[in-house]
Amino acid sequence: MKEKIRIASGQGFWGDLQTAPLDQVSKGPIDYIVMDFLAEVTMSILQKQKKRNPELGYAKDLIPLTEQILPICVAKDIKIITNGGGANPQACSEAILKYAQKRGIKGLKIGIVHGDDILDKMGELRGRGINLNNMDTGESIETIGHKILSANVYFGAAPIVEALLQGAHIVITGRTTDTGLTLAPMMYEFGWSENDWDKLASGTIAGHILECGGQASGGNFSADWRSVPDLAHIGFPIAEAYSNGDIVITKHDQSGGMVTVQTVKEQLLYEIGDPTRYVTPDVIADFTTINLEQESKDRVRMFGVKGKPATETYKVSMSYHEGYTAVGTLTFAWPDALEKARHADEVLRTRLRDAGLHLEAIHTEFLGLNSCHGPIAEMPNVVNEVVLRVGARSKSHADVERFGKEIAPLILTGPPGVTGFAGGRPKPSEVVSYWPALIPKSAVTPSVVIQQV
Amino acid sequence: MRIQLRQICHARSGDKGDTANVGLIALKEEYYPVIRKYVTADRVKEHFGGIVAGRVERYELPNLCALNFLLHQALGGGGTKSLKNDAQGKTLSAALLRMEIDIIEEEVTI
Repeated sequence: MKEKIRIASGQGFWGDLQTAPLDQVSKGPIDYIVMDFLAEVTMSILQKQKKRNPELGYAKDLIPLTEQILPICVAKDIKIITNGGGANPQACSEAILKYAQKRGIKGLKIGIVHGDDILDKMGELRGRGINLNNMDTGESIETIGHKILSANVYFGAAPIVEALLQGAHIVITGRTTDTGLTLAPMMYEFGWSENDWDKLASGTIAGHILECGGQASGGNFSADWRSVPDLAHIGFPIAEAYSNGDIVITKHDQSGGMVTVQTVKEQLLYEIGDPTRYVTPDVIADFTTINLEQESKDRVRMFGVKGKPATETYKVSMSYHEGYTAVGTLTFAWPDALEKARHADEVLRTRLRDAGLHLEAIHTEFLGLNSCHGPIAEMPNVVNEVVLRVGARSKSHADVERFGKEIAPLILTGPPGVTGFAGGRPKPSEVVSYWPALIPKSAVTPSVVIQQV
Repeated sequence: MRIQLRQICHARSGDKGDTANVGLIALKEEYYPVIRKYVTADRVKEHFGGIVAGRVERYELPNLCALNFLLHQALGGGGTKSLKNDAQGKTLSAALLRMEIDIIEEEVTI
């Protein structure tokens, strides 16, 4: 059994820094690279792509990124773990295997985690008395019945550990928690049991630190952002995990950014609720038990973490169609830029009323002045220019489309000094809303399939 | 003595549906009792005014010298439903750092 392993974050979200995975596998020693691709509503987009073409439905970016790093990973025995399989981990695996064959890579094993997609099983589950009502609001699933676009169970580390035990060099999952991607290799390498709650909590929190990539190593750092060196070449975080549950957060030497107690704290506080109950399928981690210590430059040790037994349920992430939005912008120049922008907004709203559109919300902001901090923001005395930004939402596609047609006319029929309409008419985009629910763990079983070249 | 939170804290914010979270972290250990005393859920709700339609919850993390605030109904519906430029509440951390508190002079040395 190894005493320590190094797990590197390769992507913090779908669309993250394209150079990060290659940097992580080539600039220093690591054992695993983990890549998170799935935000809450990403699955609905991927489900749609899969419906149109059964060979799609996974994070397409994953293929070129994997092509960049695979030869190095094979040479250095670095394993890849990702949830980029999305709605179609099978097709994702096949695309990677195809590339491996082309490169003449032999003996490569890919572990695919299935079973998270329950969209086709909703009726059957309801028949068994599992209702999937909204866990936040208590609303009945019936209210969104026919509008559901995707339904996926969040699996944790367990199926990934199973794939690693079966010899996988790459593990591709669908909807898996970001934290499970990082915890799994620790459980596998150190033989942690599934009820060693303190260690599982430590590994889970390491996953939380890694899951947003550069946000733990100097990116989006609010304390003293000017002090962050060489953001252009930011090194993504690495969790150096020890068999006793201690974790050192670090990054490769010769990379930009920095890992300090402060950068790690900021990421720890990111998108959490009750810090004593960070619930995952694997464990409930208690963030109020975390100890941090700056061990040396760019090395922060985390120790003493406590966990509580996991719950009997998995979280289910569903998405459903809830109408359309469009957003239009126009730029107003000095003099009286803000006054003109406000007047244009009034003219627009009158025309929208006259047109009798069914808009459930119209929202106006003045970019450069108040779109971030609203009424808390102090207004400057002289505004050199301001961007009027108006958004509208409706159940009706036609009404949102019509709203989009009312923006451009303001250039010639509103107050003077307007520009910035090069982007054309704002197009309606779909509102995909999120519906969280709980499902008994006994009702769904993840399965692992190994493919090989 | 009136100070602005940015003089003694750093912060990060994010979203969960229509709820934003703001983690407020004391820059030095000795500042933590000050923010724990003055930056209450009620004061934060008042500071954000119309931005936060729902309630504000506060959690303490003394081990990190930090407070975590949940701002409910703060993101115009959240996710793809929101019409806000900052639909994910990324800049609400800085908005909290604008808050001013009146403290007793001996409580902090900045």
